[in-house]
Amino acid sequence: MKEFGYKVHKERLIDYDKNDKRVLEHLKKHEPSVLTCIACGSCTATCSAGQFVDFNIRLVQTLLRRGEIEPLKKEVQKCMLCGKCILICPRGVNMRNLILAIQTAIDKLK
Amino acid sequence: MISFNLFVLPFSLGLIYLLYMIIRWWSIWIRGLPAEDQKKFRTGIFSRNFFSALKEVFLESLIHRKMFRRNALLGYMHMSFAFGWFLLILCGNIESRIYSTTHVNPPYYPIFLKFFIHDRTVLWFEINTVPGFFRFLMDFLLLFVLSGLVLAMVKRGRPKWFGMKRTTHHQLTDKVALICLWLIFPVRLIAESFTDGYYGAGGGFLTQHLGNLMVLIFHESSRHIAYALWWAYSLLLGIFFVTLPFSRFWHIPSEVLLIFFRQFGITAKKSTTSFTEVEIGACSRCGVCIDVCQLGYAAHIHDIQAVYFLRSVRDEQVNRDILLRCLVCGRCQEACPVGINADSIRLIERNMFSGSHASDFTYLPADPPQKAPVLYFAGCMTHLTPAIIRAMKGILKQAGVDYLFLDEKGTVCCGRPIMLSGKYEQAEKLVHFNRELILQSGAHTLVTSCPICFRVFREEYKLPIRVMHHSQFLLELIKAGKIPLQAFHRKVAYHDPCDLGRGGQEYDAPRELLAKVAELVEVPQDGEDSLCCGGSLGIYTISSRKRDLITHDALRNLTASQPEVLATACPLCKKTFSKHAEIEVLDIAEMVYDAMPE
Repeated sequence: MKEFGYKVHKERLIDYDKNDKRVLEHLKKHEPSVLTCIACGSCTATCSAGQFVDFNIRLVQTLLRRGEIEPLKKEVQKCMLCGKCILICPRGVNMRNLILAIQTAIDKLK
Repeated sequence: MISFNLFVLPFSLGLIYLLYMIIRWWSIWIRGLPAEDQKKFRTGIFSRNFFSALKEVFLESLIHRKMFRRNALLGYMHMSFAFGWFLLILCGNIESRIYSTTHVNPPYYPIFLKFFIHDRTVLWFEINTVPGFFRFLMDFLLLFVLSGLVLAMVKRGRPKWFGMKRTTHHQLTDKVALICLWLIFPVRLIAESFTDGYYGAGGGFLTQHLGNLMVLIFHESSRHIAYALWWAYSLLLGIFFVTLPFSRFWHIPSEVLLIFFRQFGITAKKSTTSFTEVEIGACSRCGVCIDVCQLGYAAHIHDIQAVYFLRSVRDEQVNRDILLRCLVCGRCQEACPVGINADSIRLIERNMFSGSHASDFTYLPADPPQKAPVLYFAGCMTHLTPAIIRAMKGILKQAGVDYLFLDEKGTVCCGRPIMLSGKYEQAEKLVHFNRELILQSGAHTLVTSCPICFRVFREEYKLPIRVMHHSQFLLELIKAGKIPLQAFHRKVAYHDPCDLGRGGQEYDAPRELLAKVAELVEVPQDGEDSLCCGGSLGIYTISSRKRDLITHDALRNLTASQPEVLATACPLCKKTFSKHAEIEVLDIAEMVYDAMPE
C-alpha cells in the first residue's frame, strides 16, 4: 500500500534528460522552421489525411521533442504531403520538408 | 611519302583518345537502352527519321537555330565556333587532297597542311585557280571562327548584349577546356602566318599579310618561332581533345546522339535509362536556364539551377537539399536550347534519394461511390478556397449537369505532391485508390478545379474517360449555351498556372473563357513564359520568406498593366497570391459565377 499512486511504469516514462534528440537535431539543421511552431493546430484542422484518420502535426512535434522515434515513424507515415498545412500555417513552418526530413533522419539512424 | 613531324603527336594522340571515348560511350549508351528503345533505335536508323535527325543535327548542333531565336549575337557566336570549325575541317580536308600524294591522308595532314606544303606556284589572290580559292576560303573561315572568339570574350564582360544576365560558374576542367578552345584559333592563325611569311607564299589574305609583317620584324627566327607555334597548336588541340570528355564540351557528341534518340521516338522513363544519361551529357552549361529561374533572380538562390543540378548529377555529387530546392515550374526546360527535360531528371534523382521510408494509407475509406455521368474532383487545395467550390456548385446546378462531387467529404490526395518528392511507390497507392473510385462511378467525364490534380490525372492515371480542368469544362458549357452570362468589363490579368500551362499545355481555354466575362489586359511574361506564383509543391527546402519574394516578383509582372482583378485557374496560386496581392484575386470559376444573372 506504501507505493499507492506513486508507482512509475517504465514504459510510460519519458525522461527529458535522456530522450533521443537525434531526429530533432537533424531537423534543427535541415528544417529550422520546426522550432517556430506555436502549436495552434491550424495544420491539423485543415489536414487532408486528418479527414480520415487521427493525424496531428502537433503530436508529431511532441514526439519529436520527446525523442519517441518509433511512434514518430508511424505517425509521419500517414501524411499525403498535399501541402495544405503550409498555406495555413501562421508561423511559416515548412511542413512538407518537416515530414520528409523526419523520414530521412530516421532512415539515417539505422 | 607520308609527311610527318614529331609535333603532330599530341594532336594525334588526343584525337585517338577522343574518338575512343566517343565510340565507347555511344556504344555503352546505345546498348544500355531498354529493349523496346533498342528496337526503336534499330528501326530508326533505316527509316526516314535518320535524315530528319541529320537535318536537326545540322540546324541545332552546327547552326544553333534555337540560340539565334533567343538572341542573334548569341546565336552567331555559337554558330561561328561550331559551323566555322566544322567548315574549316571539311574544307581543309578537301584542300589537302590537292597536295596529297597518298590515297588516304593521316588525320593530322589537313590540320597542319601549311607546315608540310609551302606552295609557291599559286598566290592567294589568284582565286580563280583551285589552290588560290582554297587559300582565300580557309582564311575566310578562320576569320569567321575568330569573330566568334572575339564575341565570346566580349560576352564575359557584357553578357547583357547577348541577352543574358548571369553566366555559368564553371569548374576547373571546363575552364581548362575553354581556355584551350579559345587559344586554338589565334595560335593557328599566328603559326600559319609565320610559316607563310617565312616561305613568302602559301597563305591567304589574312595569314600572308600578317606573315609578311612578322618576317619584317623577326627575320630568320620566324622559322623557329613558327615551329614552336605548330607545337603549341598541336598541344592545345591535344589537351582540348583529352579534357573534352570531362568538360562541358562533352555535350557535342552527347547532343548528336540525343537528337537521334529523340527522332527515333525514344523518351525518358521514370528511372534512369541511357536516354537520361545522354540528356545529362548533352547539357552544354550555356547558362540560359540561369536567367529564367525565379529562385535565382527573385529569391537569390544561385546554386540549384538546371545547369548546376545536371552537373552535380554528372559528377555524382547530388545533394539532398539542393535536389529538393526547385520549383519544378518547368521554365528552365522551356528555355533550354538543347531541350533537356531537367524537371523529369530531377524527379528521377529525387526518387533515387527518397529512401526506404514507407507510407501507410490503410486508413483510406473504401466506400463505393454513387454512379454519375460527370465527376467533380475539387482537390485538396480547392478545399482551402471554398469560394471556388461554391462557384462550381452554383454553375453546375444552373447548367443542369448531373454530377457527383467526388471529394465533398474530404479529399484523398491525387498523388502528385508525393510524386514530386520522388516517392513514386507511395504515390502509386493514392493513384490506385482514386483511380478505382473514379472508374467505379461509371462517369464519362472527370472535372477538376486543381491543375496539379489535372496534370496527374492525365499523365499517370491512364483513365479511359475525359479528364478536364474546370476552365475547359466551363467553356464547353458556355459554348453549348448552358450558362447565361452578363457581359462584364473589368480589367483582368490572367495568370497561367505552371501545371495547367507548361504542364498541361492548356493556354487558350482559360483566356477564351475570361474574354467572355471580362476584358483581358496584357501581362509581360505569360503563356509559356509565365511565372510561378511561389506556392509550388515541387519545392521542399525553402523558407516562407523566400517564397514570398517569388510571389511578389510574380505579382509585379501580373499587375504591370494595372488590372482590377487577378484571375487564375489554380486554387494554390489563388491562395498564394491572395496573401500579398493588393487587388482582388479570383478563380476563373468565380468570375464566371459572378457573371451569371441572379
